[in-house]
Amino acid sequence: MPDSSANGTATIVVQDLVKSYGGYDALRGVSFDVQKGEVLGFLGPNGAGKTTTMRILTGYMPPSAGQVTVAGFDVFDDSMEVRKRIGYLPESVPLYTEMSVWDYLDFAARLRRVNNRDDAIERAMEMTNIGDKADWLIGKLSKGQRQRVGIAQALVHDPEILILDEPTIGLDPKQIIEIRKLIKSLAGDHTVILSTHILPEVSQTCTRILIINQGKIVAEDTPERLIGRVRRAEHVHLQVVKSAPEIPAELEKIQGVLSVQPKEGTQGEYEIETIQGTDRRAEIAQAVVQRGWGLLELRPVSLSLEDVFLKLTTTEEVEQ
Amino acid sequence: MTNVWTITWRELKTYFVSPLAYILSFVWLFLAGIFFWLSVSNRDASMRGVFPTLLFLFWLLAPLLTMRLLAEEQRMGTLELLLTAPLHDWQVVIGKFLGNLIWYAALVILPMLSYVVILVRYGSPDYGPLVTGYLGMLFMGAACFSIGLFTSSLTQNQVISAVLSFAILILLWISDFVSNFAGPGMISDIGNYLSITRHYNDFFNGVINSTDIIYTLCVVAISLFLATQTLQSRRWR
Repeated sequence: MPDSSANGTATIVVQDLVKSYGGYDALRGVSFDVQKGEVLGFLGPNGAGKTTTMRILTGYMPPSAGQVTVAGFDVFDDSMEVRKRIGYLPESVPLYTEMSVWDYLDFAARLRRVNNRDDAIERAMEMTNIGDKADWLIGKLSKGQRQRVGIAQALVHDPEILILDEPTIGLDPKQIIEIRKLIKSLAGDHTVILSTHILPEVSQTCTRILIINQGKIVAEDTPERLIGRVRRAEHVHLQVVKSAPEIPAELEKIQGVLSVQPKEGTQGEYEIETIQGTDRRAEIAQAVVQRGWGLLELRPVSLSLEDVFLKLTTTEEVEQ
Repeated sequence: MTNVWTITWRELKTYFVSPLAYILSFVWLFLAGIFFWLSVSNRDASMRGVFPTLLFLFWLLAPLLTMRLLAEEQRMGTLELLLTAPLHDWQVVIGKFLGNLIWYAALVILPMLSYVVILVRYGSPDYGPLVTGYLGMLFMGAACFSIGLFTSSLTQNQVISAVLSFAILILLWISDFVSNFAGPGMISDIGNYLSITRHYNDFFNGVINSTDIIYTLCVVAISLFLATQTLQSRRWR
């Protein structure tokens, strides 16, 4: 047992997962665990192994090597027990277009042996905001509505664990916000694993991120700490009325300022790097005002998760 | 059993909203009606002449009915829903098979019972061959549908699925000729045993032969087993 699961609250424990298709290794030794009530974001470029991992977790296919337990049950040996506890939205939303929304959810509820089906379906439709579409044929729905029917299907039996493969793909911004809200509201009672290649999504909804690339986990942490890990200095953006050749040299005299670079193709804009964990904006502002350069803007630049992601996934490629 | 019934129930619902199923049912009943009319015009108060002709018609239509069963689920991605739900692969296969068979009994065989009403009203038919004939239709349906279900599990493409099941049915048909050409011996016996026409002609002639029942059960069991194996092959592919 890995150390991280020793406290006994891990609902999902994945150890040394390997999956090969023919000669191609889709997963090459993936290990992680998920605590109860956590929202884990699975992040990676296309073909990184996100879907493969999720398909193994849901019992769709077994791993070539390694072990996965969900709620204490082995996904291969006790597949039925695992499946009962999971709600799954596959990457291509599994919808019967000739059925009505209600009939489809009723079918999903029957498959899951839900006792009080009508209440369960109504609850799932309400959560995903499709209550007014009960009698619609799925084929007549928009892509966003279909996506929500797919999520309702995963929720209908109120599973302990939700596995969502690209849940917000194809939705418009308003719907994306709704789904994110929904996922956040599920956290705590439910354990959620979601995969995406859209970075703001994980930083907004997930409590922990797992970055996967070429079948391996390259990073695993909270969104904030991941950014902190890659970031080695603080960045400040400065804009003054007019560029002057002496500005970089003058500002670099301030204690804690590492470098000042004029921004290419702009007039009077600079990128200032200061020592990590310090804030030198007051000193910089004072210097600019004293010398009469005309301060227009001074703001901290936060490294986005995009940068972290690119840094982590590209270094990995270089190492190979 | 609940799981199997859930799949069957959905399958039936799909059939009753599917235009293809109604068109096939219509074509079938229309052509069967013509055969029946030709038969009674000969003042023959039986279905002995009708059933064997229907056999050939059935081979043309059955692959069209079964082609979508699993191919469509694979193409639409809904198979992933079924195979990650808490039910076994064989329950999916049997559920689909039963759905197909029930639809066939309800929309093909049941309307054809009207012929019996006509025969009884205007003639005095021999009930034995009628009962075995309809039983033969049901058994033949089971055999052909199970073959179609198997070929449908092999591909996402419905046309390929239909062509494959058609090819298998043709092979089972020509094995009859093979046995005729081969003369007495083992090949002839095998051809004889595989021949789909021979087995169901027994039923149509009013004979219930245990070999024919065993033949049907074997075809169904082997086909459904192979379909389940194909679904499970995702595990080692």
